[in-house]
Amino acid sequence: MAGNKRLVINSAWCKGCGICAAFCPKGALELVDEKVRRKEDTECILCGMCELRCPDYAIYIEEKDDEEARNQWVMSY
Amino acid sequence: MGDVVLMQGNEACVEGALAAGMRLYAGYPITPSTEIAELSALRLPQEGGKFIQMEDEIASIACAIGASVAGVKSMTATSGPGFSLKQENLGYAVLAEIPLVVVDVQRMGPSTGMPTSPSQGDMMMARWGTHGDHPIIAICPSSVKETYDLTIRAFNLSEKYRTPVLLMMDELVGHLREGMELPDKEDITIVDRPTVKYPDPKRLPYHMKKGQLVPEMAPFGMGQRYNITGLIHDESGFPTNSIEEAEKMMNRLMHKISDNYEKIKDYVTENLEDADVVIFCYGGTARAAQTAMEMAREKGLKVGIFRPRTVWPFPEKELEELSRKVKRIVVAEHNYGQMLLEVQRVVKNNCIVGFVGKWNGGVITPQEILAKIEEA
Amino acid sequence: MVNRGDVKPKNKQMSNLVYKYMRPEHLPHIWCPGCGNGIIMRDVAQAIENLGLSRNNTIIVSGIGCSSRAAGYLDFNTIHTTHGRAIAFATGIKLANPSLEVIVIAGDGDISAIGGNHLIHAARRNIGITVVVMNNNIYGMTGGQYSPTTPKGAFGTTAPYGNLDRSFDIAGLAYGAGASFSARGSAYHVQQTINIIQEGIRHDGFSLIDVASVCPTYFGRKNKSGSAVDMLKWQRDNMIPAEKAEKMSPEELKGKLVLGILHQTQYTEFTYAYERLIKRLYEEREANE
Repeated sequence: MAGNKRLVINSAWCKGCGICAAFCPKGALELVDEKVRRKEDTECILCGMCELRCPDYAIYIEEKDDEEARNQWVMSY
Repeated sequence: MGDVVLMQGNEACVEGALAAGMRLYAGYPITPSTEIAELSALRLPQEGGKFIQMEDEIASIACAIGASVAGVKSMTATSGPGFSLKQENLGYAVLAEIPLVVVDVQRMGPSTGMPTSPSQGDMMMARWGTHGDHPIIAICPSSVKETYDLTIRAFNLSEKYRTPVLLMMDELVGHLREGMELPDKEDITIVDRPTVKYPDPKRLPYHMKKGQLVPEMAPFGMGQRYNITGLIHDESGFPTNSIEEAEKMMNRLMHKISDNYEKIKDYVTENLEDADVVIFCYGGTARAAQTAMEMAREKGLKVGIFRPRTVWPFPEKELEELSRKVKRIVVAEHNYGQMLLEVQRVVKNNCIVGFVGKWNGGVITPQEILAKIEEA
Repeated sequence: MVNRGDVKPKNKQMSNLVYKYMRPEHLPHIWCPGCGNGIIMRDVAQAIENLGLSRNNTIIVSGIGCSSRAAGYLDFNTIHTTHGRAIAFATGIKLANPSLEVIVIAGDGDISAIGGNHLIHAARRNIGITVVVMNNNIYGMTGGQYSPTTPKGAFGTTAPYGNLDRSFDIAGLAYGAGASFSARGSAYHVQQTINIIQEGIRHDGFSLIDVASVCPTYFGRKNKSGSAVDMLKWQRDNMIPAEKAEKMSPEELKGKLVLGILHQTQYTEFTYAYERLIKRLYEEREANE
């Protein structure tokens, strides 16, 4: 269920290689100061391609139990 | 009373190993140790154990270490050139504290040398062959019966101290055939490595509780997940660059052997009570020394024998004490003077040190030793 | 000093897969930005998850080099051995306890140069271990020397005028040595590679999966291959699925890499044969008594 999934970015582990952004099918990611972040005004379809190719496990799709998490994304440092 | 059997030194090594609990042998054919592989191939599956002929000497010791990590007592045997090749992984087993018995049936070198000729030319390689500072236990049997008994001891020491133990045989002992009495099973003492009883995620694999000699070992697959590495590691088993942790680890490795010197040392003596001259010998030179001593005694010369069976750690305390009481120590060994250096280091100027060596593939004769004794 | 095992830190953010199969207290890993090894290590974890293997019964064995660090990050019984010898250590572990699932993670230099002998003989012996090669075409840990898989003409710190050697096809080498399972994956083709690793682990016998990694730091810079992204794009555009490659001519396949299970067959697995021998000897003895 895509409904209770969300994108999580762990900036502490991001090494800024840009692989996730380059292969994101929706172009929904960008590098800012060598860290990945969600690009404004783009759609994330929670396909998880970023998670599969992130060499540093810094970006992933998390399944949330609550409906409110829908289309939220989280960034931590 | 056990059965009396006719056996070769190399065969006694295999039977001793089986009695000690060896259940995996990994090896590569090389003269003059090959019989150890051949008999292991025959005997191990009969005992529910496994034999594997690996693609080379390096793979053999690596395979044996792997098996030991999985909880099976294991051994590999080789000769000079193969012993050279095994040195890197020998150091791995020392650092990672993996019990293992490595047999070197010494032959004449360097290089391919004289493959079927006796030698004791690997004694210093046994001590210092692998790179880096490290402790080592090396054992030298001089008869078929001793090979049987000391192979068992080699396994027991390796299990007790979680360290590889070297059984330094030589061509003379390996190919010596003589009758020996097999001990009854109940008379054999078997030591097993201290083992983790149940998995505990909080356990640090290289942490020792008070009173423990070595950290308890967890065979792979028993549920205790941990890491083993050849990098200097802390108690967690993970690599560290800390100077303090490195020193702690190295000191612990060194001290587990040096602090137990009294328990590990093993030597035999003969006629030392009144001796003026003592023959220092080990392994395959013991017989010539024995005859030389008897010949000298017949001539009225007061000659005794000091023969370490554990050559590393070197029985230096005992030899030093002895050197204060005698006039001369004659070192007899099949090399250019290797243990001679150790004897000289220990004896200093306490008495005269003589040397009878042989490095041409020939055998030291009793007459040669006697001549040296009579020199003074 | 850190405790580990089930007492993992829970404050860090990571996926369930990483939390379950890795040792987060040792992350982030030491690999360079954009290194393909991290992707491949995740593939291995995902394949293990998909197969439902027990963490306590799975053993990870590595050699020396960049790839070897994987053993420290994965939460199993792990052993980081000597350079080139991972397969020989793994052979001992598997032979001592055939019920264990033994996976070797190795590098291209590790497995095909210094450890080449062990690779071909394990393949010939058909011992039931799985070898995953993180093949980055260079010696990364020592700073970019050419390896047996560096293409002819490519540059390395020890090939300042271009590599004069021809390069190894590790999957082909394993096949030639008699491996009963030989395959190729890539850092880019994640789903396919996970499936291939899964099949390799399931395979009863020796299996080798040569996974094309990327080393942007050394191979990339030395050879002007661009960034990690560019190198992954090369894989995307130049790796051909095995089914498609079958229909292509050698000319069409020039400069391309074939992706997928390249060879699979069934021989008796070595440790199974040995256990059967022990059983036979036991039964013969019983019959004679």
